Amino acid sequence: MLSVKGLRQRYGAGEVLALERFEAAAGEHWLVLGVSGSGKTTLLNLIAGLLRPSAGAIEVSGQPLAGLQGAALDRWRGRAVGIVPQKLHLVSSLSVLQNLLLAPYLAGLAADKARAASLLEKLELAEHSGKKPNQLSHGQAQRVAIARAVMNRPKLLLADEPTANLDDANCFSALQLLQDQSRECGATLIVATHDQRAKARFEKRLELARISPS
Amino acid sequence: MNLAGISLAYLRARPFATALNLLLLALGIATITLLLLATGQLEERMGRDARGIDMVAGAKGSPMQLVLSAVFHLDAPTGNIPLDAAQALSRHPAVKKAIPLALGDSYHGFRIVGSSKDYPAHYGARLGAGRLWGEPMEAVLGAEVAAKSGLSVGATFAGAHGLGAGGDAHDEEPFKVVGVLAASGTVLDRLVLTSVESVWEVHEHGGRKPERREITALLVQYASPLAAATLPRQVNASAALQAASPAYESARLFRMIGVGVDVMRAFGLVLVLAAGLSVFIALLNALEERRYDLAVMRMLGASRAKLMGLMLLEGVALALLGGLAGVVLGHLCTEALGAALKAAQQTPLTGWVWNPQEPWLLALAAAVGVAASLLPAWRAYRADVALVLAEG
Repeated sequence: MLSVKGLRQRYGAGEVLALERFEAAAGEHWLVLGVSGSGKTTLLNLIAGLLRPSAGAIEVSGQPLAGLQGAALDRWRGRAVGIVPQKLHLVSSLSVLQNLLLAPYLAGLAADKARAASLLEKLELAEHSGKKPNQLSHGQAQRVAIARAVMNRPKLLLADEPTANLDDANCFSALQLLQDQSRECGATLIVATHDQRAKARFEKRLELARISPS
Repeated sequence: MNLAGISLAYLRARPFATALNLLLLALGIATITLLLLATGQLEERMGRDARGIDMVAGAKGSPMQLVLSAVFHLDAPTGNIPLDAAQALSRHPAVKKAIPLALGDSYHGFRIVGSSKDYPAHYGARLGAGRLWGEPMEAVLGAEVAAKSGLSVGATFAGAHGLGAGGDAHDEEPFKVVGVLAASGTVLDRLVLTSVESVWEVHEHGGRKPERREITALLVQYASPLAAATLPRQVNASAALQAASPAYESARLFRMIGVGVDVMRAFGLVLVLAAGLSVFIALLNALEERRYDLAVMRMLGASRAKLMGLMLLEGVALALLGGLAGVVLGHLCTEALGAALKAAQQTPLTGWVWNPQEPWLLALAAAVGVAASLLPAWRAYRADVALVLAEG
């Protein structure tokens, strides 16, 4: 489903990521582990098509990302990839419900209000539907970001450091939520973290080594 | 959820900045709207009052005063002219139509004009009630005079000496109202019409009959355009008369008012430009605040062009809202000004008319909006999503 070959990412003179081979099958849950600076976020950005690799190829469901350009790439990302960024980045001027509906609108899909409502219900956010993001707790905001990421039933769900600043209980419930939601839409889940607590919940792991500046 | 909805949500999220920008733009556009409406109506009104009058012959003095007094009834007359000189001019072969005017009295500030029946006919006036004057001391009221004074057919009234309110009343020579004109939108609405003989009668009471009868002015229509070259010169050569051209004098008047109008218009434009600058700065600031939002929108599948459209839409929406508010405000101010001037019986001014140039004002506002949002839109277009998301 996801296939990465000979991936290299250079920033300036230094290499920030080198990954010879990585394959993930549909519906698998992967943990990408590594200390900070090991290129976890860069890998997620490359898979989502937000960055272009310096070398190497990425394929998602048989679609080579190098074959997608400009608006077509943005459109593909909006429909096929759900992303939970580390700093959740909810749109502060819009309500919780509007933040969810933003996902189908920007991806060029019909506004599925029923899906938004059922997600809010499932993630215990129904009563906060009309609130602005700054009125939410961190945990609630994270659930909104997860709901937004799965709104369009993506094939690929990417989460960057979802357990940062969470206590043990919340750490596990956040991971549980990501796994439940990706299972629900049949998505491949990739969680990037340096949090060793997450290991307990993932069988498939990819360890990224820190590349020393050459 | 669409671009317009998102733009509006952003505008609502910054109520003070949005209100300030709307206000600035609205004030600028309102100033220009008011000028358009006021000068447009004044020109139209003066054009209608002067239509078909090629020349005014009256006593020597200021030609503009002569035109203002005899055509628009806004100023005091320059004096009187001998009746025989006026009659001689009327019979001149280059004159197609000559309408005598005898001024001097007023009723509640409305002028009593002694004239021939050609005068209402010239403006195509129709009677609303009664008939035109026949016997001396019969009068026909303009529509506004009838409405303001409450007089109707059969009533009598006494004129006052002079053209303002508060002159000596001619109580012993009352006028009788025999007709009321329908509103024509011309100067006739504000006049009391009677025969020239009535005016003479009022001023000759007590048996002091003058040796030579006089009138105040003669409105002349040329028989052919060629007359314009010769007739005024002949009239000005005579000892008693001077000729004035309503077209020329109105143009001269507008040139004089024009300086003030230009200054006001420049003032309005400066306000609009200041508003544009303010919108520009607001959008640039918003862009800074919103770089994460914009990055997230790219992450969710929005193209660069869509984000650019979002910034443009926001600037244009703000500008158009401000422009619309300005046009509405301009109309309200014009109406308020008209109501204030009505008490002074000036040329009527109303806010409830549409000027054909107003769509251009909205176009101007939209252009200001586009200009103000171009750079922010371009920066939104260029933003590097991964970098912004990563720096968190």
